[in-house]
Amino acid sequence: MSEPFEPKIVAFVCTYCTYAGADLAGTSRLKYPPNVRIVRLPCTGRISPMFILKAFQKGADGVLVSGCHPGDCHFDHGNYHARRRWTAFNALLQFTGVPEERVKFSWISAAEGIKFAELIESITEEIRTAGPFEQYHKLIAETGSAASV
Amino acid sequence: MAKIGVFVCHCGENIAAKVDCTKLVAAMESHPGVAIAHEYKYFCSEPGQESIKKAVTGHGLTGVIVAACSPRMHEATFRTACAEAGLNPYLCEIANIREQCSWVHSDGEQATRKAIEITRSLVEKVKRNNELQPIEVPVTRRALVIGGGIAGIQAALDIANAGGDVVLVEREASLGGHMAQLSETFPTLDCSQCIMTPRMVEAARHPKIRLLTYSEIEKVEGFIGNFNVTVRQKARYVDMNLCTGCGECIIKCPAKKISGEFDCGLANRTAIYTPFAQAVPNKPVIDSGHCIYFKNGKCKACQRVVCPTGAINFDMEDELVELEIGAIVVATGFQVQNTALYGEYGYGRYPDVLTGLQFERLASASGPTGGKIQRPSDGKEPETIVFIQCAGSRDPSKGIPYCSKICCMYTAKHAMLYHHKNHEGNSRIFYMDIRAAGKGYDEFTRRAIEEDGAGYVRGRVSKLWQENGKLMVRGADTLLGRPVEVAADMVVLATAMVPQSDSKELGKTLGIGYDEYGFFNEAHLKLRPVETATAGIFLAGACQSPKDIPDSVAQASACASKVLALFSREKLEREPVIAQNNEATCSGCWGCVLACPYNAIEKKDLTDRAGNLIRRVASVNAGLCQGCGTCVTFCRSNSIDLAGFTEKQIFAEVMGL
Repeated sequence: MSEPFEPKIVAFVCTYCTYAGADLAGTSRLKYPPNVRIVRLPCTGRISPMFILKAFQKGADGVLVSGCHPGDCHFDHGNYHARRRWTAFNALLQFTGVPEERVKFSWISAAEGIKFAELIESITEEIRTAGPFEQYHKLIAETGSAASV
Repeated sequence: MAKIGVFVCHCGENIAAKVDCTKLVAAMESHPGVAIAHEYKYFCSEPGQESIKKAVTGHGLTGVIVAACSPRMHEATFRTACAEAGLNPYLCEIANIREQCSWVHSDGEQATRKAIEITRSLVEKVKRNNELQPIEVPVTRRALVIGGGIAGIQAALDIANAGGDVVLVEREASLGGHMAQLSETFPTLDCSQCIMTPRMVEAARHPKIRLLTYSEIEKVEGFIGNFNVTVRQKARYVDMNLCTGCGECIIKCPAKKISGEFDCGLANRTAIYTPFAQAVPNKPVIDSGHCIYFKNGKCKACQRVVCPTGAINFDMEDELVELEIGAIVVATGFQVQNTALYGEYGYGRYPDVLTGLQFERLASASGPTGGKIQRPSDGKEPETIVFIQCAGSRDPSKGIPYCSKICCMYTAKHAMLYHHKNHEGNSRIFYMDIRAAGKGYDEFTRRAIEEDGAGYVRGRVSKLWQENGKLMVRGADTLLGRPVEVAADMVVLATAMVPQSDSKELGKTLGIGYDEYGFFNEAHLKLRPVETATAGIFLAGACQSPKDIPDSVAQASACASKVLALFSREKLEREPVIAQNNEATCSGCWGCVLACPYNAIEKKDLTDRAGNLIRRVASVNAGLCQGCGTCVTFCRSNSIDLAGFTEKQIFAEVMGL
């Protein structure tokens, strides 16, 4: 019998809000599943759709983009750009047949350790239910690479 | 060839209890590019840091990963240690295996696997890190203070007294702002003019302060320490150098029935005028909108008939003044809410319904009645005055849910002043709550009630109408639970404090944020209350939120200390995490210009040797760029990249996971 499926989730977060929120979850000793890997960036505005594709290429089954709440962005409005970009990109992904739950977007502030832990819990469950993202991983295996480094 | 050192910290038991650090070290030792991997109980301790430094020099490391607590905790510590060992600090990265791993997972095996992936991905990133140098920018030691009210004057004087140069810009013809309009000030009942006008004179005469009145901010460019500001000095039509301020022209001006702004419409002024008798500078301006010559092309009475020095010049034009500025203090104050919103209170329809600011002018010794409280309609002394608090404030239905902070206090003061001037007078104050938090404030409102007969009625006023020469005020007394009707001779509305009507435009010009009402946003409400999110621009007074005089003065002095701290430096040092553009591939689509929240991206001409334009490309202003990286994601030709978080670094980091 094979091992039970454990999804791999990559989270692209801004350092000012969500990264700090994830730190708070730690200092509060909250528990959440170990499936998430965090990539720290200055601002969600820095997050390119290419990062998301890269994560899938590396074998991620789900991706999370998370930053400051609307109006709270340390850089004034980077999070609005991120949201707009994510909306357009996710629409494109869905058009190509990628289900919506593979790329999540959320706002988590530096004070929301609990929300961070709960979100990781729920996303992990969702992706676990959705199963491995074989569709994409197979494509990568067949075509080599989705994007060059 | 990369030689990366990986240092795995146990953090006592905090990490080691969950993550198998020896296994992590073993996994890292076999990872390509890793020269050494060590573990230790506390790498942040003195011996821990020393061992990192020794390894850096001993092994000639080209990059360092410390797998420990959050970078928000000790990134600076370890980067400094690397710098001390001769390694560029930006070649050191932190793998967060405590807050985001050992502390949040219960299963040791899974936590160890995750710690290995986190550390590995940062090793991949650090291999692609570049040496970065902190950015140094010079500081111009000259401050611009916008607004010549009490906050602006205080900030200007504090900076100037400490030796800094100041340019004080005021859009009206005189310094003074709202404080100059007030009669007495709570809670001490100092005469406002007595404490304000000496400050105005001091500011105007200060050798370190350059005063630009009747002037507005036209354009602001540049960044902290290096702003270029253009100020529009509006045409006064009076030569300030020739005018002696004798005032003959004002007496002779035939256009006499212009509603005076300083007296809030309770008195008239002429077309050539000084806003008030103690104005600084005390030299008139011509209001070209009302001047008969400007309207009809005839008159010039002031010039032809009277001016002894020939100071009047109808051909004068606006002048643009260019300034080099190091820091900006915004102290543009507030305005009183437009009472037209309150049809039920009859403002504008009944002449004896006034705003609090109008009442100040009536009570002021320099006001239109010489300090006598008289009805504007017939000049009679009112026997009963009704004051309505929260006329605007704390009323979401009128769009102002906030408290204007000063109205409870000034209404109590108004009731007191009225009682002092008319011992038989009867005052009734409709209020929602009495908010009197401040030194001596609660005692002050008590005094109004106990010694000066202020009759407080808890409840709102629903209707106001005129009957037999009286203003009938109907409201509710919610403490007694019954309706009340008062026959008043005068009604004073404690109207809300709102931002200046053009504050949002100024916010855009300066590149600072504002809230939904137009009050300017501070960087942090509690911990950075006088700074804005734009470095080098500070806030003082009621332009940030409703404030009384003590708070405005305190905030202004706080601004001055921030400005002086900035001026105490020869050069400013900034984190080098900023965008960099490759001009060779940039196509000049300006996507980055649209994306940048700081206007940090300029258009640069590329020319050949003869000076002919080849093409235009984006150029990042290192002083303005804050390093968010939004432009990078916008760039279609992959020309712009963010130092410290380059595309290559992030891709490698993701592929290392």
